[in-house]
Amino acid sequence: MIITETFEELLSECKKNKQSIYEQAQAEEAFVQDLAVDYLRDIVYRNICAMKECIQNGIKSKELSKSGLSGGDCKKLQAHFKNSPALFGKFFEKITVYALASAEENARMGKIVACPTAGSCGIVPAVLITMVEEENISKDIQINGLITAGKIGQVISNKVRLAGAAAGCQAECGVASGMAAGLLTYLRGGSNEKVVYAAILAIKNILGLTCDPVCGLVEVPCVKRNPFLAVHAVTASEMALAGIVSKIPPDEVVDVLARTGNLMSPVLKETSQGGLAKTKTGIELEKQLADKL
Amino acid sequence: MPGRKTLLDVISPIMVGPSSSHTAGAVRIGLMAREIFNGEIKKVHFRLYNSFATTGKGHGTDKALLAGLLGWGVEDVRIKDIFNHDYGIEYEFEFVEDTNKPPNAVRIIINDKMTIRAESVGSGEVAVTNINGFNVNITGHYNSLLLIYQDLPGVISKVTDLIQRRGVNIASLLCDRDIKGGNASMYIALDSDIDPELVSNIRNIECIYFTAGIRKLKS
Repeated sequence: MIITETFEELLSECKKNKQSIYEQAQAEEAFVQDLAVDYLRDIVYRNICAMKECIQNGIKSKELSKSGLSGGDCKKLQAHFKNSPALFGKFFEKITVYALASAEENARMGKIVACPTAGSCGIVPAVLITMVEEENISKDIQINGLITAGKIGQVISNKVRLAGAAAGCQAECGVASGMAAGLLTYLRGGSNEKVVYAAILAIKNILGLTCDPVCGLVEVPCVKRNPFLAVHAVTASEMALAGIVSKIPPDEVVDVLARTGNLMSPVLKETSQGGLAKTKTGIELEKQLADKL
Repeated sequence: MPGRKTLLDVISPIMVGPSSSHTAGAVRIGLMAREIFNGEIKKVHFRLYNSFATTGKGHGTDKALLAGLLGWGVEDVRIKDIFNHDYGIEYEFEFVEDTNKPPNAVRIIINDKMTIRAESVGSGEVAVTNINGFNVNITGHYNSLLLIYQDLPGVISKVTDLIQRRGVNIASLLCDRDIKGGNASMYIALDSDIDPELVSNIRNIECIYFTAGIRKLKS
């Protein structure tokens, strides 16, 4: 069993065996984890169900997070779309609402699926569940899609630790957006190459994204970043489906993601010592919260 | 590469928010402490350091640590309201800043008897680094055995012999001691399930005064 570690290896192995990314990925994962493929797919489906549940809880809730820094915006967005439908249509409405729903659920200590992290938990589910509902995607294809997304994140994790503390938000919401772009491209019938290019186009466009959460909490700017980067994934997917490629090859872009993460000051990597966290308002909020919490 | 993940890791876990390191990681530390202590917990004192201390309340780190100690999983929705109920455990939290300690660190004292130090290293990954003064590195990736014993010649071979006789492969082994002939610790990661009979056989070796079988954490 060959365990592919780069996008180049992954694409060449899939080509050699005439299979999709998900087929290669599930065979590898079943081997590494010593699990039957069917059981692995059951686990993946359990996570998809948890994503749906999280979105359903999130769109109903008005509750603020404990800090009060987030919550309620998902309701606002739904009310807005009810009065004034989104310029980009139903898909845009659902993707943004669903991404906010999960991200707000996360901030209020609700049950979420880290994908790849808790702070970026809204992005992949928003794209997946919107497609499932609007395009009537079968259970098997849903599972294939999430496995495809997982493999994209897994390949990247070979070079970059998927944590804001390690490489900034580019490694959390950025990678999530790449995973969602690949997932969407698969669901829309894109080839393996197009799936990878979609992911890489999304990631290339968020290189350098910092992690500077106000008061150190996964709320500002994290919650709103989820709908932004879910939509970002759609742009990348459309371009990839059109046959647009990244001039810089996928693995080289991942190298840059890692190098940029290393070059970023610790001040901008989840320490809340700079950026938005150390604005005048950020500092004031920190003082207020110290008394409140 | 330490951050390297499996495919399932990338799309997991199902957990209560908001933070892999400060919430899910804290639950996992609590779960490991429970496994290591392996007895009825009456009283626990948590000292949270640095980022765990400054952002811990906002992230529910305190709640998550207690939840793990009670054996609750990272996805347990009761965590949010855990302080509203009584569990027959006396618990206390202390929040301190100490730049000599890692950013997301905690010291747990159970029943005034066992001291466990642990840290959350990001993306939900955790490590128990010290037990009663002995350095260890328990990450929850393996089923493992932890022994504390009198530092005498031949103990390691007696233990590994028992393990080998059960046909179990050792993935890693870490020993530490205070002074020669004093107290020593041995941490053994295994490539199989923990066999209760093996644990009991090891417990029967003279001069070993603490034996714990620690099950790997669910991903």
